[in-house]
Amino acid sequence: MNDARPAGESALLDVHIGRKAYQAASGQSLEVLRDIAFALAPGEVCTLVGPSGCGKTTMLRIIAGLDRNYEGTLRRPPDGKLGMVFQEPRLLPWRTVTDNVRLVAPDVDEAALTALFDVLGLTAHRAHYPGELSLGLARRVALARAFAVKPELLLLDEPFVSLDNALAQRLRAELALLVERHAMTTLLVTHDIDEAVRLADRVLLLSPRPARIVAEMPILTPRASRTDDAMASIKATIASRLAAAA
Amino acid sequence: MVRFLSLALFIGTWFVASWIAGERMLPGPLTVAAALAVEARSGDLFLHLGATLARVVLAFMLAMTVGGAIGFLMGRVSLADRLGDPWLVVLLNLPALVIIVLAYIWGGLTEIAAILAVAINKVPNAIVVIREGARALDPALDDVARVFAIGRWKALRHVVIPQLAPYVAAAARSGLALVWKIVLIVELLGRPNGVGFEIGVAFQLFDVTLILAYALAFVAVILLIEILLVQPFERRASRWRVRPA
Repeated sequence: MNDARPAGESALLDVHIGRKAYQAASGQSLEVLRDIAFALAPGEVCTLVGPSGCGKTTMLRIIAGLDRNYEGTLRRPPDGKLGMVFQEPRLLPWRTVTDNVRLVAPDVDEAALTALFDVLGLTAHRAHYPGELSLGLARRVALARAFAVKPELLLLDEPFVSLDNALAQRLRAELALLVERHAMTTLLVTHDIDEAVRLADRVLLLSPRPARIVAEMPILTPRASRTDDAMASIKATIASRLAAAA
Repeated sequence: MVRFLSLALFIGTWFVASWIAGERMLPGPLTVAAALAVEARSGDLFLHLGATLARVVLAFMLAMTVGGAIGFLMGRVSLADRLGDPWLVVLLNLPALVIIVLAYIWGGLTEIAAILAVAINKVPNAIVVIREGARALDPALDDVARVFAIGRWKALRHVVIPQLAPYVAAAARSGLALVWKIVLIVELLGRPNGVGFEIGVAFQLFDVTLILAYALAFVAVILLIEILLVQPFERRASRWRVRPA
């Protein structure tokens, strides 16, 4: 077992996944996750970093309650609200940007919504349908949707993948701002080390499939002062640990 | 404009065909129009059109509701699909006439038997189309509804039904056509009024003019339903689609 942190009573999320396997088309059993255990304290931002295809999305789906077919236990606040940003924006194409957000967050007040759209640069697009948005805009709507519900637990599955670097960088900054402002417990899955160190309080490194937690690194520098120089050493450490695990 | 030309071409062809075949076999548009006017003045036209339309509406709604529900279930639950599929194949291939005759024998020559017979003919058709729609539902959007816990009713209304809308429109359009054709047979065989009954009478009198008058009157009604109800529904359901400028 790789207990990343003792699962205290105060933990908001407590994950123990003994084993998760898929039945491959060939009939073989394909093991994706093995002995994953970690806990998130309230308000903590944690990133899971691992190579492509190591089972990160599978793990997030289990935590989100979308996949119950695994061995292990999961403890979440019983009726705590969940916000999730999937790898694709997954907006309802027949609802406008505002209506997409309002569907999942019917109680959000107009001022909060306006502020949220403002931070994410969506104000001009509120009446547009998803089909009229670029991918970058659609991803921002997905972020807005997840934040609008004021979730107790926010799950992000590579929310900036396939965006150009400059835009991804900007959205990361916006996300950091939102996470900071709302003090939300967040679990971010990524294979981008840069993204991980910019946003996280703690980074969990995953091995290739079947994924295990190979290292855990807290990042103590406040998010606002994480310059490239300050982060260079920790990034290098993460890269070498990942390379060693591969 | 194109539609108008197409209509004019139809009437022109009718004139020529009538001239070649003779008024007795194929009365011209003017003769039929005159017959329509006579039927309208006596009130018979509206009585029969109304009776037929009422049966069409009832049988259509019954079949769409039942067929839609079963089709959705079969598209979502594989056990229901495996259980229902043989029945579906039987129903799809059972001739309309068999269902109608059996309905009249078992249920008597009643309004209920008539409407049920029509609905049963349409149900398998609705099931097939809606089942395809339910199979094509996007699991990615289901995930969204589940993660954000928006509730079953909201998920059905805002996530599932919009995805089914094109299938519902397709089932409605083909269903309307099927239902009104079968309603006429049901009326011919066992109802004392309606367009089908009138056509039966005209058949016995060899009155082609009356047959055409009633047929065209009802086609006009169906066209109105298409233009006033089905097309606006489709436009509303697809207003979010990006159209080429």
